[in-house]
Amino acid sequence: MALLEATGVTKAFGQLTALSEVDFGVEEGQLHGLIGPNGSGKSTLLKCIAGAELPSSGRIRFLGRDLTQATPSARARAGLSLKFQVTSVFPELSVYDNVLLALQAQNPLTVLAFSRTRPGLHARVMEILAELRLLDRGAAAAAVLSHGEQQWLEIAMALASRPRLLLLDEPTAGMSLEERRATGELLVPLRRACSIVIVEHDLDFIREICDVLTVLDQGRVLETGTVEQIQKSRKVQEVYLTRV
Amino acid sequence: MPAGSGGRAGVTGAGLAARGVRSSPSPGTIVAALEVLLLVVFALLPLALQDFWVIFVTRVLILALLALSFDLVWGFAGIMSFGQALFFGAAGYTVALLARDAGVTSIFLVLPAALAVGLVLAFLVASFLLLGRNPPSITFVALGTLTGSYAGDRLARGWYYLGGQNGIPSIPPMTAGPLQLTEGVTYYYLALASLIAVYAACRYLVGSQLGLALAGIRINEARMAFFGYGVQSLKAIVFSVAGAIAGLAGGLYAFHEGFVWPNLLGVILSTQIVLYALFGGVGTLIGAVIGVIAIEIVSFVLADAYPTVWPIILGVLLLVVILFRPSGLISLLVPRRARVGIFRVAARRPRRIPKEADDGAA
Repeated sequence: MALLEATGVTKAFGQLTALSEVDFGVEEGQLHGLIGPNGSGKSTLLKCIAGAELPSSGRIRFLGRDLTQATPSARARAGLSLKFQVTSVFPELSVYDNVLLALQAQNPLTVLAFSRTRPGLHARVMEILAELRLLDRGAAAAAVLSHGEQQWLEIAMALASRPRLLLLDEPTAGMSLEERRATGELLVPLRRACSIVIVEHDLDFIREICDVLTVLDQGRVLETGTVEQIQKSRKVQEVYLTRV
Repeated sequence: MPAGSGGRAGVTGAGLAARGVRSSPSPGTIVAALEVLLLVVFALLPLALQDFWVIFVTRVLILALLALSFDLVWGFAGIMSFGQALFFGAAGYTVALLARDAGVTSIFLVLPAALAVGLVLAFLVASFLLLGRNPPSITFVALGTLTGSYAGDRLARGWYYLGGQNGIPSIPPMTAGPLQLTEGVTYYYLALASLIAVYAACRYLVGSQLGLALAGIRINEARMAFFGYGVQSLKAIVFSVAGAIAGLAGGLYAFHEGFVWPNLLGVILSTQIVLYALFGGVGTLIGAVIGVIAIEIVSFVLADAYPTVWPIILGVLLLVVILFRPSGLISLLVPRRARVGIFRVAARRPRRIPKEADDGAA
């Protein structure tokens, strides 16, 4: 059984159809790239999966459960986690508290009110900060981090709840070459813990780290396959030669 | 540690030192010093004041409770409530009716009843305003609570059983066993004890993991839902707790004044509560208390000195403070970025770094 199955997903904004009958699936342990020209519907598909948008039609099943109409909160509790395209860290809070905030999300109210899990979560926060190379920045306010560090913090927050599927919307956007390389190094080991879907414009980056690619064009799936298959695909080459 | 947040974790000062403020006392220290100072002053005041002033300060203490209730919802959870007076007044009317019609005046019954009325009524309002499928806008909640407050006022004015425009006069005094609690030193200390208890509870709450969640909700509510938080439920719970605090204040106020009237439910008092917190500094528990003290004292002095034009002078003064000190009077002492509501800006640098984390970072 696939981890995620999106079937016939259509999303229309008024007259504009952003996604049209999209079928998309992710297997356990997969690092799945989602690519396509600007406006092809990549981010919209990710938002429909995470619950930021509800599809106009179609079904989204995760771990066998139908989550098509579920709230973002319910999807997060089911094991889906989204890193937004635009960084949405909590700028006034410290880096440490940003991660703690994500980590404690599924604690019941009484636990939160009496801070029962704070000591227990400390080690996990430190572990995540170390994993994402932010250990030295734990005490800093998130607002003072560089753009690249904020992206890593976003990934750290998305990872905190130990999701089964991590959805990353342009994790390297605005990063320097060095930061992109470092991000790639960070992401590959994460697949041991969860499956990952990455939306990216940087094809070199995606080629290096993904097992499977899905190419979207004008709201439709153009091709799905391994990196080699996609590289050889005439349809994909045409799209990238003519529209990108 | 953020100013006055009351959480158990402490800031080592590393973050602040990095910003070049090593030599200044931390915001937490300043606020703690303020809290102790106010506590000592309030504890000793009745020894130095005449009866009239004891009654005046008792009223200030009760209104400070009300300001705390607004601060909790707006300053910490980002819920703009223009309706805190509804819970205050409804609780006041309830205890007045209990005393007048049922002869119930025991402090052990009327104060819990006031608290419960505030809690339940706030939960009902929250269920309507906050618990829909789509997150409500700030404007919707502000107007919704304002409407509730206005409706409460109109209802009380038009309902004969509640005394109409005149309200309910001559409420029998609150009792504690054989003791009658009327305005004066005993009531003063009752109000002070209530304020200290509520303040301490709020301080604990905003410094807890729940306080961190509220800070997250205030900063970016939509993002919090993607972590899995039941954002609207949390907001409804905090709103209800704040309603309970307003209810407690209403119960205390009704017995202190000896009568209740429709204005206690209305828009003017609701707005006044917002001003208290804005004037002192929202997102800081101590700021709300300072706001009440400052406005009430300034109002009294101005009314005495300029009996005809004092509301205009007060209005201008409020405008000046809110325009030039949007973070309130507390911002004169505590920088905005380090206030209570901004949860642990310079978070503690954890004292113990697990070995595996060390290794991972290497």
